[in-house]
Amino acid sequence: MTAPQPTAQPPAATRGLVDEFRLGLDAPICLTWELTYACNLSCVHCLSSSGRRDPRELTTEECFAVVDELERLQVFYVNLGGGEPMMRADFFEIVEYAVDHHVGVKFSTNGTYIDAEAARRLAGMDYLDVQISLDGADASVNDAVRGEGSYDAAIQAMEHLKAADFGPFKISLVVTRHNVDQLDEYKALADHYGAQLRVTRLRPSGRGADSWDELHPTQAQQRQLYYWLLDRPDVLTGDSFFHLSALGDALPGLNLCGAGRVVCLIDPVGDVYACPFVIHDEFLAGNVRDAGGFTGVWRTSDLFTALREPESEGACTSCGAYDACQGGCMASKFFVGLELTDPDPECVLGNAEPLLAAVAAAGGPAPRPMQDHSRPGVPLPSPVTLKPTRRRG
Amino acid sequence: MTVPVDGVVALDPQVALRPERFGALAYHFGNRKLSFLKHPDLVAVLEAADGTRTVAELFAAAGITEARRPSFLAALETLERSEMVRITVPGTTQQATTQKDGAAA
Ligand code: SF4
Ligand code: SF4
Repeated sequence: MTAPQPTAQPPAATRGLVDEFRLGLDAPICLTWELTYACNLSCVHCLSSSGRRDPRELTTEECFAVVDELERLQVFYVNLGGGEPMMRADFFEIVEYAVDHHVGVKFSTNGTYIDAEAARRLAGMDYLDVQISLDGADASVNDAVRGEGSYDAAIQAMEHLKAADFGPFKISLVVTRHNVDQLDEYKALADHYGAQLRVTRLRPSGRGADSWDELHPTQAQQRQLYYWLLDRPDVLTGDSFFHLSALGDALPGLNLCGAGRVVCLIDPVGDVYACPFVIHDEFLAGNVRDAGGFTGVWRTSDLFTALREPESEGACTSCGAYDACQGGCMASKFFVGLELTDPDPECVLGNAEPLLAAVAAAGGPAPRPMQDHSRPGVPLPSPVTLKPTRRRG
Repeated sequence: MTVPVDGVVALDPQVALRPERFGALAYHFGNRKLSFLKHPDLVAVLEAADGTRTVAELFAAAGITEARRPSFLAALETLERSEMVRITVPGTTQQATTQKDGAAA
C-alpha cells in the first residue's frame, strides 16, 4: 500500500508497531479515495475495472463532507485516484478543499489531462503530490498494458510538470513480467525528470484478474526484483512487496497487510472497502452515506472489526518466513481462489503452487471482481501477444 | 550529529500530532514525512516543545530518567533529521543540517 516511509525511530514500545497496526487504529493512515470510475484509458490490469462514470458517484458537496470527516479524524493525506480523477469537472475544487482543510493530497493520474495550464495550477498548490502511472520504460512495453498513445501522454504530462517547475513529482510503475527487466532504464527516466520512482505490485484485482496469469513476474524475476529493491531503499514501493522479504532481509517499510486496519478505500460511490485491491462485496464495510459516515464504518463495521482480530492459523503461520512475509497479500489470494489463510499466490518459497494447481484442476471459478465499469465495446490492449506498437518520437 | 541536552527544542509549526494507543503519528505537511512516535513520553516531550525549553528540561518534565535518555535522544535526532523538530543551542547560529525535500511549491 502507499504507506508512508516510516522514519520511525524510537524508544522501544511495549508492543511492536506491526502488532499495533494489526489491531487497527482509530483512523486510517493510508486512505485511497477513488473519485470516479470514468477513465479515458482501458489498462488491462486496472484494479478498479474503470472506464465509465457511475451515476451514483459522490457529489461535490458529499466529497467536501468526506474531507471534513477526514480532517476531524486527522487523516493527514489521501491518495486520490480513479479511474482518471482529473476527468471530474470538480477535480481541482475537491483538491483545493482538501488541502485547505489540512488533508494533503497525492493523486494518481495517467497524465492525459495535465496540459501546460493544469501543470501550472498544480505547481501553485501546497501539500500536493502528483503521481503519474507509467508501466514501462518505453512505449512498446507500456502501451501493451495501458493502451496505444498512453506512454506519449504520460511523457507529455511530465514535460509540462517540469516546465511548470512543479518539483519532484512521482512516477509509478506496476511491475510485470515484461517491464521488470527495464527497471534501470525506468529509474534513468525518473532521474531525467527529477522524479521520484515508485514501483508497486501487480494484483489479480479488477481487470487484473484476467491478465494476472500473463503479467505477474516469474519466481526468478521476483528474486531479481527483491535484490534490486534491497539495493535501492530510496525507491518507493508503497510497502507492497513485503512478501519478497521471505527471501532474506526485510525490505524497508511496513511489512504487513494493512487492509481494514490502517488502510482502506473509499470508492467513487462512497463504498468503503478494506483496501483498493479488494473491490468485492466480501470486503465491503459500508458507505460514507451511511448514518455514521466514514468514521462509523471505519470504527464499527463488522468487516473491519473482524479484520482486526488475530488471524487464524494456516499454512503460513508455521512457515519460518512468516514474520517477514506475513503470508502476503489478502487481495491476491482472494482473486486467484485461495483461502485467506493460504500462502500468497506469489509465495517466494513456492508454497502456493500446489494449491494453485488444485484450484485450476477443480476448475472452480475464482471469485470475480465486482463493480465492472469497463467501457463496453472498447478493446483492451493485449499484453499477451505484446505486439510491438509504433514508437513515436 | 548528536543532540545536545542544552539545545532548545521546537516542534516545526507544519507538524501535526495524532494521538494513538502506542504514542502518536507525527506528520510534516511540508515535506510529507510521517513518523511513528512509539512512546507516550516522547509525545509528551514533543507537545511541550514550544521553542522555550531545552532537551534536559523537557526530559525532566516528562519524567525521563537518566537510564532512558539515550533512546529518547536517538529519537529526537531522527526527528530532527526529518525536520519534525528544530534543536538550537542558544548562543550559536548553527542550525541542524537538513536535506531539502520539499516538493511542489
Ligand atoms: S508460506 Fe506463507 S509465510 Fe511462508 S513465504 Fe510463503 S507466503 Fe510467506
Ligand atoms: S490486501 Fe494486499 S493490497 Fe490490500 S492492504 Fe493487504 S497486502 Fe495490501
